[in-house]
Amino acid sequence: MAIAKDLMRDLYKQMRLIREFESAAQRLFASGKIPGFVHLYIGEEAIAPAVCACLTDEDYITSTHRGHGHVLAKGADIKLMMAELFGKATGYCKGKGGSMHIADRDKGILGANGIVGAGHCISCGAGLSIKVKGTDQVCVCFFGDGSTNQGTFHESLNMASIWKLPIVFVCENNHYGISMSQDRHQAIKDIADRGASYNIPGISVDGNDPLAVYEAASEAVRRAREGKGPTLLECKTYRQRGHFEGDPGTYKPKEEQAGWLSKDPLPLFAAFLVENNVLTQDEIKAIDDSALAEIEAAIEFADAQPIPEVESAVVDVYSDIIEEVRSR
Amino acid sequence: MSTMTFLEALREGMSIRMRTDPNVVLFGEDVGAFGGCFGVSAGMFAEFGAERVRDTPISEGAIVGCAVGAAATGLRPIAELMFCDFLTVGMDQLVNQAAKMRYMFGGKISMPMVLRLPAGAGTGAAAQHSQSLEAWVTHVPGLKVVYPSSPQDALGLMLAAIDDDNPVVFFEHKLLLGVKGEVDSKEPIPIGKGKVVREGKDVSIITYGKQVYDSLAVAEALAKEGVEVEVVDLRSLYPLDKDLIGETIAKTHKAVIVTEAVKRGGYGGEISAIIAEEFFDQLDAPIVRVGGLNTPVPFSPVLEQYFIPNDKDIMQAVRSVL
Ligand SMILES: Cc1ncc(C[n+]2csc(CCOP(=O)(O)OP(=O)(O)O)c2C)c(N)n1
Ligand SMILES: [Mg+2]
Repeated sequence: MAIAKDLMRDLYKQMRLIREFESAAQRLFASGKIPGFVHLYIGEEAIAPAVCACLTDEDYITSTHRGHGHVLAKGADIKLMMAELFGKATGYCKGKGGSMHIADRDKGILGANGIVGAGHCISCGAGLSIKVKGTDQVCVCFFGDGSTNQGTFHESLNMASIWKLPIVFVCENNHYGISMSQDRHQAIKDIADRGASYNIPGISVDGNDPLAVYEAASEAVRRAREGKGPTLLECKTYRQRGHFEGDPGTYKPKEEQAGWLSKDPLPLFAAFLVENNVLTQDEIKAIDDSALAEIEAAIEFADAQPIPEVESAVVDVYSDIIEEVRSR
Repeated sequence: MSTMTFLEALREGMSIRMRTDPNVVLFGEDVGAFGGCFGVSAGMFAEFGAERVRDTPISEGAIVGCAVGAAATGLRPIAELMFCDFLTVGMDQLVNQAAKMRYMFGGKISMPMVLRLPAGAGTGAAAQHSQSLEAWVTHVPGLKVVYPSSPQDALGLMLAAIDDDNPVVFFEHKLLLGVKGEVDSKEPIPIGKGKVVREGKDVSIITYGKQVYDSLAVAEALAKEGVEVEVVDLRSLYPLDKDLIGETIAKTHKAVIVTEAVKRGGYGGEISAIIAEEFFDQLDAPIVRVGGLNTPVPFSPVLEQYFIPNDKDIMQAVRSVL
């Protein structure tokens, strides 16, 4: 598959932006600016940009607790996101969602999700909508290896298969569900094998190679758009940080970590781009600098935003009830 | 004016909206050509086709979750679980997804879905097919909950539930499905409005669902003794018609709350707490609750009937405050 140079540059740009966003989130969490839980996407940045490059704003995604990369790749506004992580009134969710619940209907982002395995079913609903309305949209469902042991994973793959729903199930197999390594949490190596149970294609690719992911995702998205039904796409990768910030990740063997660090998608892809004359070293540097500047601007924006009025806690529980909700 | 069964009224409510709004769809286990486990959707498959009256696999998580995703992306889905007992299997999608999406996402996602739950004991179906689990959902902010007792209310509340932009949990007592009644109006009945189904001045029975009928029978019997019982059918459990509760208490000064659900932790406790908190100075007697036995629903008919609160239990409760 010939992949345009412009697209390669865009992929790198997005990967770098996500890396910088996550590095900033790491710092800001450590310094107490970001409350709650933060699950970072560092090490997995090749996947979401490559998958979302196959989508338009009309297409949907469902996401997970580790969702910053997914929503940024799908076009979420970086300033509103940072403001939400800070718990500000003007953040994406008016300070009611936080890191695990970023959503943007206009961009087709049906929400990051704090419940492992929940997005699978929601993607079936989006797929059903598309089918009933007869459009050629698709829905991408991002999820981790750990979630493939939830009943919802199996229910959803089955439902999507019998209804031929336009869904691409993208498994980010980072080989851990918190401290449980994949070989301890399931008895298979390739999660893609589970597609066979539902008679849907199961494809396994190197999740640290954005071009491999892009190629496989393009095919899966094309199939979905053409009404041929869902695909299970497994992207093998590694989370470089702990499960959440604050988890030292002592359960990850040193050699294993070193092995995967040498496959960090960012330097690898940068080197590939230079080697293949897509970008020069200077152009790479310029992209890196501008990503950093964009993040700094988002932090500045988020810092300057107001915190929510406590009164706003009663708003948006329902579309139409506020007074009763107030009583306690 | 026409006479309909409760079941026909449910079907008519769904069909009315499906005829005019292509975004309204129905799905659940065996709801298609089979017509639903209780026959509620009989004929709808023929009228609306397999795309909009859709059989699902036996996957309650995916059924409820599919409704969530469909509602978030512009449909107005009606999902049926075969028995309300099976909500346990789909509970995450209702409680953690449907109920919270609008809020968590800062008001940007609408959740116009209806979850239909056939409920209640009296069919000899034992402990896993007979429960009244409404208190589980009334407890969750973000959900609306309705529990009609008559065909007219079933139809009107179904229309309102479909029109609502919030997730509405719709309880259907299985023993009411065959009940016949006049249906004068095919307009929505506002969610959150109860109704006085019998006027009286001596005691108020506050109830909903099948217990409305048992309460009316008790009121009838007591009328012969000169005791005038007012019977309030809440129809909606959330939002709750507190004004109506306040009015009836102000009139009779005595409250008996009747639910089929087990008494412990039931919604009757919530209603009684509201009365105690907000209308205490109107009360002339302690609030009395009548509920199911605090046990699983037993199988053998004699045991099952012992579980279900009956007219004697209600009668005794009313007498205790006279
Ligand atoms: C239903 C549910 N069970 C457990 C958790 C706690 N939890 C959060 S993330 C996680 C691990 C998920 O692993 P995986 O799906 O592989 O995603 P990863 O964190 O590796 O990206 C667990 C157990 C949860 N949030 N939801
Ligand atoms: Mg994992």
